[in-house]
Amino acid sequence: MNDKPSKMKRAKKPRVAMPEQTPEVRSRNFDEVPLGYSAEQAQAEAERCLQCKKPFCLEGCPVNVDIPGFIELIVEGEFAEAARKIKETNCLPAVCGRVCPQESQCESLCVLGKKWEPVAIGRLERFVADYEREHDLIELPDKAASTGKRVAVVGSGPAGLTVAGDLILVGHEVTIFEAFHKPGGVLMYGIPEFRLPKAIVEKEVDYLCRLGVRLELNQVIGKSITIDELLDEEGYDAVFVGVGAGLPYFMGVPGENLGGVYSASEYLTRSNLMRAYAFPEYDTPLVHGRTVCVIGGGNVAMDSARTARRLGAENVYIVYRRSRAELPARAEEVHHAEEEGIVFKLLSSPVEYLGDERGMVRQIRCQEMELGEPDDSGRRRPVPKEGAEFTVDTDLVIVAIGSGANPLLTQTTKGLGLNRRGYIVADDDTGRTSRQGVWAGGDIVTGSATVILAMGAGKAAAKDMHDCLCGERRSSARMETLQQPSLRSPVRDAT
Amino acid sequence: MSEILQKVELAPKIYEMVVEAPRIASKALPGQFVVVMADERGERIPLTIADFDPRQGTLTMVLMVVGASSLKLSKLEVGDALHALIGPLGKPSEIEPFGTVVMVAGGVGTAPIYPIARAFYESGSRVIAIQGARSEELLFWTDRLASVSHEHIVTTDDGTAGRKGLVTEPLKELLEQDCEKTIQCVYAIGPAIMMKFCSLTTRPFGVKTIVSLNSVMIDGTGMCGGCRVDVGGQTRFTCIDGPEFDGHLVDWDLLMSRQKIYHEQEACSLERMMQELTR
Repeated sequence: MNDKPSKMKRAKKPRVAMPEQTPEVRSRNFDEVPLGYSAEQAQAEAERCLQCKKPFCLEGCPVNVDIPGFIELIVEGEFAEAARKIKETNCLPAVCGRVCPQESQCESLCVLGKKWEPVAIGRLERFVADYEREHDLIELPDKAASTGKRVAVVGSGPAGLTVAGDLILVGHEVTIFEAFHKPGGVLMYGIPEFRLPKAIVEKEVDYLCRLGVRLELNQVIGKSITIDELLDEEGYDAVFVGVGAGLPYFMGVPGENLGGVYSASEYLTRSNLMRAYAFPEYDTPLVHGRTVCVIGGGNVAMDSARTARRLGAENVYIVYRRSRAELPARAEEVHHAEEEGIVFKLLSSPVEYLGDERGMVRQIRCQEMELGEPDDSGRRRPVPKEGAEFTVDTDLVIVAIGSGANPLLTQTTKGLGLNRRGYIVADDDTGRTSRQGVWAGGDIVTGSATVILAMGAGKAAAKDMHDCLCGERRSSARMETLQQPSLRSPVRDAT
Repeated sequence: MSEILQKVELAPKIYEMVVEAPRIASKALPGQFVVVMADERGERIPLTIADFDPRQGTLTMVLMVVGASSLKLSKLEVGDALHALIGPLGKPSEIEPFGTVVMVAGGVGTAPIYPIARAFYESGSRVIAIQGARSEELLFWTDRLASVSHEHIVTTDDGTAGRKGLVTEPLKELLEQDCEKTIQCVYAIGPAIMMKFCSLTTRPFGVKTIVSLNSVMIDGTGMCGGCRVDVGGQTRFTCIDGPEFDGHLVDWDLLMSRQKIYHEQEACSLERMMQELTR
């Protein structure tokens, strides 16, 4: 009890700021924006943690990281140990430390946040993961004896990697099937280098491979092989489907098919996965714009806008139909975008794109909106303001209004219950689908969400898969209730 | 994986490549395509499947050098491996025993049309093939196509082989002479402009016309939407809704303008690669 006053004194200290590249410099390169804590900075921040007896932060973590535990190890200077502590439940700490929305999860529940600033849990997580990796201290944990069971994981994004990481440790044989030529899913093709360096994703995937996870790239499940074949012919005992949403939405307004109008998926995939930002050293081209309009207000919209800025755009606009308060992007992303000079055209929605004689977009006509009554999401519905329109000259448009369910896999799998929007119906707690032996999680179940929610779903599914594979629970018992696909599905509907 | 087993120069700048791809070969059906990458820095480009042998586990593709990526692919030799080969993608052709089908192939369109013609031939349809090229030296697989058709008509723009003129001419004559309406379907595969004019030729006759679109794409699985086309006023993705569509409903001008989005970059890329090759 003696040290309590001093602890409180430390807690009152402001959070240790993380150094970052200045907006002027970073908007001309693809290097990571925040530079990370030094050991001293990390320890100073870790010392702010009160080590609560009943830590609330834990409740905010979808993958149950022992937050006070790893922070205590930082205080003690045991950085690599701290990373290993996180890895007990989270196989991707370097990723989560960067892209998790901590402000609405663990950090939002930190008691310090009630009066002062919450502990910077995300920055600390990032620090220990980077420390372990950069100092070559990554150690492979012990694996359980082989169970002889084979698991196929479809998709190598955050959900799939989590399932693979958890199941390989408990003794199953795991193979990940990835449609692209590189593993990582959205971590690779979606999130830009300046927010999540690809070398880090590669290292995290490499860690899983060293644990014994097999990777089969260039395999489009549903086309190259079906789930039925994996189970019936290729000898897999269980399949986890974590393919993401993967079918970009367009608005259906006139001119949307003009050249220079991209889905955010295409724009970011070209830039991130195919490295079009390094064209012509890399062969994939990308339309460059002096004036760029990004449609939408989520994290993907911010990523697209900031990518366009780095590719030399002079004016970058975010066109969003609601007001600032409803922006779905993380506050930090909005802040970074604004610092980089990205201009927000709020309460605006495109109604038409106009092109030139070559079929390239040149202008966007927008409708001004105002907020009406709350809609199903609880947010006030944007309604057109009559007669209020404006046009913006533009030479590149990126449509970032979300993704729907990709039908390639779901349509070729027998007995897989889908909701009316085409997403897989899976139990919230276990990830079980209506098809025996098939689990699912991540965006293909929930629709577009976050990396950590996908990882949480992967975690839950991995646990249930393990129980079923080891015969501790009969997978058929609750399967029957799942036959009614409305069960706890995000969209209430039946197939 | 994806090792090149055979490479033949069929005509100037046109190569046939047979690659090892057991999984794809066992799944492939006429009308489908694959996405290939020549090397780590390469583009992902779609190529139609020209032939497949499930027993040998091989896949045949025909490649015409038009830009940097196809040039890079054409420089791979037997024993080299493709960096990536993904497929089979897209919906297969719907093969029904139509009375008579006319298969119109323009240029390298001969390659994708061959397995479709073969499937119709084997289904019991009467197959009439019209094969066109700019000149004789650019014609290939004439024997192969003839072997799966009951009638085989060759046209060249310059008259160096077969009939002088465009493929649309014999197509129109066949339709005009078909008083008993035995021609129930026309397939047209080749450059966009040729498919457009074939569709315009068949429209007055009201004969179902299927075309196979060659849009720019990345993943080939519906993820990027780069390959979107307008078919009958609706936006469709070539990769998952196609590649075959009703030629009478395709917005050809949009397709052709979208094929030219990267014109300048492609020219720059090609020039750069040519310099590297001559160095």
